[in-house]
Amino acid sequence: MVDQAALVIVGNGIAGTTLARQVRKSSGRPITIVSEEHPYFFSRTALMYVYMGHMPFEQLEPYERSFWEGNAITCLQDRVIGFDAEQKQLFLSQGEPLAYSDLVWAVGSQPNRMGWPGERARRVQGLYHKQDLDQLEAWSPEIDQAVIVGGGLIGIELAEMLHSRGKKVTFLVREDSFWNTVLPSEDSAMLNQHILNHGIDLRLGTELERIETDADGNAIGVITTAGEAISCQYVGLTVGVRPNIDFLKETALKTDRGLLVNRYLETNLPQVYALGDCAQQQEPLPGRGAVEAVWYTGRMMGETLAQTLCGQPTAYQPGPWFNSAKFFDIEYQTYGQVSAQPNPSHEMQWHWQHPSENRLLRFAYDPTTQHLLGVNSFGMRLRHEVLHHWLQEGIAIEAAVAQFAMAQFDPEFTRNDLPEIQRVFQPQNSH
Amino acid sequence: MSFLFNFQIKHFFSALGWLGLLLLFVPLSFSITASIDALWLSLGLMSLGVIGYSWTEYRNQLPGIKNNGVFTKSVSARGLWGWGVGLLLTAFYIAIYFYPEILGYRSDGNNVGVVALFDPLSRGLNGNPATQWFLYGTLYTLAILLFGVKFLLKYRHSRYQTFRTLTAMFFQLGFAFLLPELLTLLHPDIPYFAKDFKNMWPLNYYFFEEWHLEGMLNGGKLGAFTLGTGLVLIFVISPLLTYRYGKRWYCSWVCGCGALAETAGDPFRQLSSKKMSVWKLERWMVHGVLVFVTLTTLAVLWTLLGSPKNPTGISQWAFSVGAILFFSVVLGAIWFWKRQELDADARYALVGIGLILLGIFCFQAFSNNNNLLGISSYTVRKWYGFGVGAVFSGVLGVGFYPLLGSRVWCRFGCPMAAILGLQQRLLSRFRITTNGGQCISCGNCSTYCEMGIDVRSYAQKGQNIVRSSCVGCGICSEVCPRGVLKLENGAVEKRTERPDYPLGNLMDRLND
Repeated sequence: MVDQAALVIVGNGIAGTTLARQVRKSSGRPITIVSEEHPYFFSRTALMYVYMGHMPFEQLEPYERSFWEGNAITCLQDRVIGFDAEQKQLFLSQGEPLAYSDLVWAVGSQPNRMGWPGERARRVQGLYHKQDLDQLEAWSPEIDQAVIVGGGLIGIELAEMLHSRGKKVTFLVREDSFWNTVLPSEDSAMLNQHILNHGIDLRLGTELERIETDADGNAIGVITTAGEAISCQYVGLTVGVRPNIDFLKETALKTDRGLLVNRYLETNLPQVYALGDCAQQQEPLPGRGAVEAVWYTGRMMGETLAQTLCGQPTAYQPGPWFNSAKFFDIEYQTYGQVSAQPNPSHEMQWHWQHPSENRLLRFAYDPTTQHLLGVNSFGMRLRHEVLHHWLQEGIAIEAAVAQFAMAQFDPEFTRNDLPEIQRVFQPQNSH
Repeated sequence: MSFLFNFQIKHFFSALGWLGLLLLFVPLSFSITASIDALWLSLGLMSLGVIGYSWTEYRNQLPGIKNNGVFTKSVSARGLWGWGVGLLLTAFYIAIYFYPEILGYRSDGNNVGVVALFDPLSRGLNGNPATQWFLYGTLYTLAILLFGVKFLLKYRHSRYQTFRTLTAMFFQLGFAFLLPELLTLLHPDIPYFAKDFKNMWPLNYYFFEEWHLEGMLNGGKLGAFTLGTGLVLIFVISPLLTYRYGKRWYCSWVCGCGALAETAGDPFRQLSSKKMSVWKLERWMVHGVLVFVTLTTLAVLWTLLGSPKNPTGISQWAFSVGAILFFSVVLGAIWFWKRQELDADARYALVGIGLILLGIFCFQAFSNNNNLLGISSYTVRKWYGFGVGAVFSGVLGVGFYPLLGSRVWCRFGCPMAAILGLQQRLLSRFRITTNGGQCISCGNCSTYCEMGIDVRSYAQKGQNIVRSSCVGCGICSEVCPRGVLKLENGAVEKRTERPDYPLGNLMDRLND
């Protein structure tokens, strides 16, 4: 099937790139990907490893440069300045306008700023784009002490990055325990301790009032809402991200927080779509957010839209939720629904924690049906395939615990906590 | 402040280690005959240096991955230190292989210089003065033990890494170093190679050569035992273990080359190239070496059978027919059972085996006793010994650790790795399982794969990794931040099958 209608994708992150690759598998149509950030797809989640010296930037690119030419995918590095939905043209700041048949926005996120005094000073930044990393590297020699504001996934990554280069890090977390908007209290408490053990100055229940600057506009310290002054040469603002769509607000596209799409990832304009972090579902799927800004959902949306564009209209219908992260040395995986503060009439939880090491396993289940709702694991690896099927098809919590060996994915010879977990397992008592 | 303190102590130990190494080579420049005290002082300083360095480096860090600064440190990122260490190692290998007299080796036993330093130790262990090979073996074993301790501290959170490293250290110290030396002390009349129990063709390419066979055959019960274990290893134990656990049982748990790569070579594992073009080169080279060593071995055996010294009574004709039958059965079996899976690797294997068959016909048809297509089989063997045995495995293989990574020999040159790899690819329960959709394509796995496998390219597709070159070191699984990779043994049939649940949306899998 040769279709000469051009597909133009704005953004070469996981969502846009997955789309391009999957479309190429069943169609010979022209595909162009435009990115202002970097000409080729790279793993954004791995930017931290470049700063820490674990990997050179080139190895963040999952495909060799020849891959794009070999698959006739044109990669342009340019800034999009607008588009004409009538003429079906995309305008670039450097290159000629691009004619499109289908246009896809996959422009990702940008770091939030809360309007703090001093938040635009030099040596103050969020961490999202490659340019942010380059900027951090350039400022790095000036940094001895750093303050990070915001206790989420990017915040703890930035803390680990700076710490790995010998910077003294003060980590301001608004909540009274790290990431406890997502994690139940014991899970979160284990991470608090781990962060402290790494020598990070973790300040829980602490908010930023303003950033202090010197006469040259450099950040030189912060003042907390409690009035405490903390001296530093760098402020990382990691209070979440939002869709990177400011430049599309005044166009014909319907927007809210993100670009509004239906289940088919279609915007209000014909043959214009949105994917990944920048897309907002008009009606969120049950139990899920309207904007889902994680790697995995970006990839799923890319796969979904590829189906549609190749003649098989397919709705975005992700399977059971899953996610993962690594907090310094502690790996975390989650499958299904595990609430930070469960409503006991709908969700009961039971957890086991190793007395001295950083390992914790938590089950959430429905008190009425006794069905497994979700699992959190820390310091243990679980088998996605097994959890996926259990959550998709339903399994009694007792059966899941009894058969949990199937779900283990730890390396060979790892000390097995499962016999102990099974021995002490008591579903009726929610801790 | 404590950071600065730690920093200085670490470098103090590093300096001690270098001083020890320097002391070892002092007799070289001053032509003095040193005492055993000087040897112990030198080895002691090196040990203190490496262990002290590792202790101060890792002791204060929490258990976990320790790759900070790998790509910014001079020694591990092909900086000045990297090149310096590479040059030193290369020079040392050239001296060992080609100019041992520089190191003070004298064939009459009146050693001088560095080799003389090892005389007392050598006499203590095997009753004879040292050779350059004794010096090499001692330093090699010491390197594995010392950097093994470093590796154990670095990966102390991982029981797989701990067990694997302890096993490799044990085999090197016991089987490769002490046992042959002590047996020489007990049986000075029996040749060395009748006492090396872990020698296995084709890594020990000389196994079937005349002098080696004779050595074993004239070695009494010990020699017969060595010959027996050698044959059983090649034809029974190795295929069984590789079927059960993959080639890792040998390459990263037992083999001495692997042990050095995994310990002293660990800081350089990230330097292996992951390019597709290099993978192609690798397949041609390593399988080419395998074909070559097989042909050479057959030719040498064939020549031996034609000589009056033929110890077996098997005629050249019987040998050729037997060999052709053997390879035909192997070829036929692969074709019959593995036809469906014949991808690039397997095709290389078939081409190789076909070439071997052709080669056997050629000996039989066009050669006379000592003359193989006009070239003496011993000449061919010499070339191999020089080209593969010395230059490849030593000079390039270890000398270039800091430039090309720690597994150059294993990846491009080792015929043993090629054979085990073919079996791993076609008939083994081993695979690296990828964990559904959890991959974030970060690339740590590929970066730290010493064999240059682009692990990520499989992981991000949710496809299990069944690659002939994988030595099963398990580091990809260690460095994965999302728990995506697991080394496993399981049913052979389904190991490359991808699970029927999708990586992404609930729909038929598109990924490929």
